[in-house]
Amino acid sequence: MGNTREVKLKATRDAYGEKLAELGEKYEDIVVLDADLAKSTKTLLFGKKFPHRFFDMGIAEQSMIGTAAGLALSGKIPFASTFAVFATGRVYDQLRISVSYSKTNVKVVATHSGLTVGEDGATHQALEDIALARVLPNMAVVVPCDAVETEKVIEFAVEYQGPMYIRLGRSKVPVILDSGYEFKLGKGAVLREGKDVSIVATGIMVAKSLEAAEMLKERGIDAEVINMSSIKPLDNELILKSAKKTGGVVTVEEHSIIGGLSSAVLEVLAENLPVPAERVGVRDVFGESGTPEELLAKYGLSPKDIAAAAERVIRRK
Amino acid sequence: MLDAEKIFLEEKARIIRKRIISMLQEAGSGHPGGSLSAADIVAALFFRHMNIDPARPHWEDRDRFILSKGHAAPVLYAALAEAGFFDTKELKYLRKINHMLQGHPDLRSTPGVEISTGSLGQGLAVGNGMALAAKLDGRDYRVFVLMGDGEIQEGMIWEAAMAAAHYKLDNLVGILDYNGLQIDGPIAQIMNPEPIADKWNSFGWHVIVIDGHNFDEILNALEEADRIEGKPTLILAKTVKGKGVSFMENEVDWHGKAPSKEEGELAMKELSQGEVLERWETLGK
Ligand SMILES: Cc1ncc(C[n+]2csc(CCOP(=O)(O)OP(=O)(O)O)c2C)c(N)n1
Ligand SMILES: [Mg+2]
Repeated sequence: MGNTREVKLKATRDAYGEKLAELGEKYEDIVVLDADLAKSTKTLLFGKKFPHRFFDMGIAEQSMIGTAAGLALSGKIPFASTFAVFATGRVYDQLRISVSYSKTNVKVVATHSGLTVGEDGATHQALEDIALARVLPNMAVVVPCDAVETEKVIEFAVEYQGPMYIRLGRSKVPVILDSGYEFKLGKGAVLREGKDVSIVATGIMVAKSLEAAEMLKERGIDAEVINMSSIKPLDNELILKSAKKTGGVVTVEEHSIIGGLSSAVLEVLAENLPVPAERVGVRDVFGESGTPEELLAKYGLSPKDIAAAAERVIRRK
Repeated sequence: MLDAEKIFLEEKARIIRKRIISMLQEAGSGHPGGSLSAADIVAALFFRHMNIDPARPHWEDRDRFILSKGHAAPVLYAALAEAGFFDTKELKYLRKINHMLQGHPDLRSTPGVEISTGSLGQGLAVGNGMALAAKLDGRDYRVFVLMGDGEIQEGMIWEAAMAAAHYKLDNLVGILDYNGLQIDGPIAQIMNPEPIADKWNSFGWHVIVIDGHNFDEILNALEEADRIEGKPTLILAKTVKGKGVSFMENEVDWHGKAPSKEEGELAMKELSQGEVLERWETLGK
């Protein structure tokens, strides 16, 4: 994974906005919709460059998703953005019928997911959006781990035919992949090989998992770290291969432990290869106001918590 | 209204505005613009018009206030603390981990908050439920719902508006903080909700247009709403976003950012001008 010496920080939403504005030149069919959060989701970068292909729908998320479906059915490639709480919960039936059931080519790109929204508090911290999106047939669900992967995913999304839910964050996070990285839908990536335990992580928790692996190394534990950005379709093959090798799995996500990455991974393991597993995620509670790092620590999502879960798994092997 | 009563409300609004600034500065994030624009309306409700008892936040006959535009939480917290629902010391810990005052109002953590809000568009329907319950139980409490002018772009507002008129909820008062701005720009440029008064009218509401910074007009409108029978009332209150702090007024950028230390000090200085004591002295001359 290249040289990790100088840690560059960048929010995935920034990478999204920049990439979209760039791709707008090459793809004339890209249209972008937002719901009065264009400065925060960074779609404004596209909006400034291509004002006639940018539609601020006002504070009306349901209308935004329906409009995106109509645009898609008329040959456009719509990207619709708002915060993750609104991009799933507020528009759920629109996502279900106008997007996933109708299989329209709508890209829902949600920013401000998870606890790291921070001070705005529980109302704005989406901890259930992966679950909501994942359970819809036809919907691809992707959670990039850093700015580099976000760019690749957006490039992929333009070419891909079909509904996608892409989950991004608010805060600046470490850039951990090098620019040669290739994103493939349905494929995970082993970022660190190991033999004692498999840590399967998604989104910003991938960087935290790499930190945890360093902590484990000092305790003589050799952890494998997998970036599972493609939550649906899931890379079953890679999960089973890694679990077979290590004999234990830890899932790590900035999301509820119900319905998200952990459920997806444990479903595959339960059906094919039941090994001891532990889930690192928010334990069926709402978040609260606080700084991103304080919240990750309080809700059990720090590298220390990941390392502890790995040790518990190893004891259960 | 007597002059003394007006001065009393003006001073309450001043205290609220000053607390908004100091809270946000302490918190380092939050929403000043829409908190300041609503300060006079909130002062009139909490310190004159509403029947409330801070010692009994769950008193069954209390009037209900719903902050549907939940991002303006600081204006609500400042009023609740000033009224005595909780210690003003709590204001220092707005948006801090392990403390009561959440970034958006949380009914379970904060006394006086009637419903959790922050996802725009949901408050009016909740107000309908409370107003319907009052009718069912034969209670004469009133329900006040404060909405944003960007917020009314949400379809759910109009679903609820239809229902309130359908069920003749004359114990329900909607107040629209008509400051002309949302996050991405002026409401008319982003998604024009005009003509706003005609829309509410055609949905079966009694509409009163006022200056939302004039206490005579605010109180007259609230009293008029009390007299209206058979339909809900919408008070369309023209306001200035960021009202009271010159560099925040009508500035879209002050929707959702906290003042720096210097900006906070400047704001406090402006908000202190003409304070009662000072006025008293000039009167004596
Ligand atoms: C459902 C929903 N969509 C988007 C947001 C993000 N948001 C917070 S405040 C705001 C603008 C509100 O504008 P307005 O109602 O005019 O409030 P005010 O000007 O009084 O602050 C937006 C879009 C939200 N809180 N809820
Ligand atoms: Mg407004």
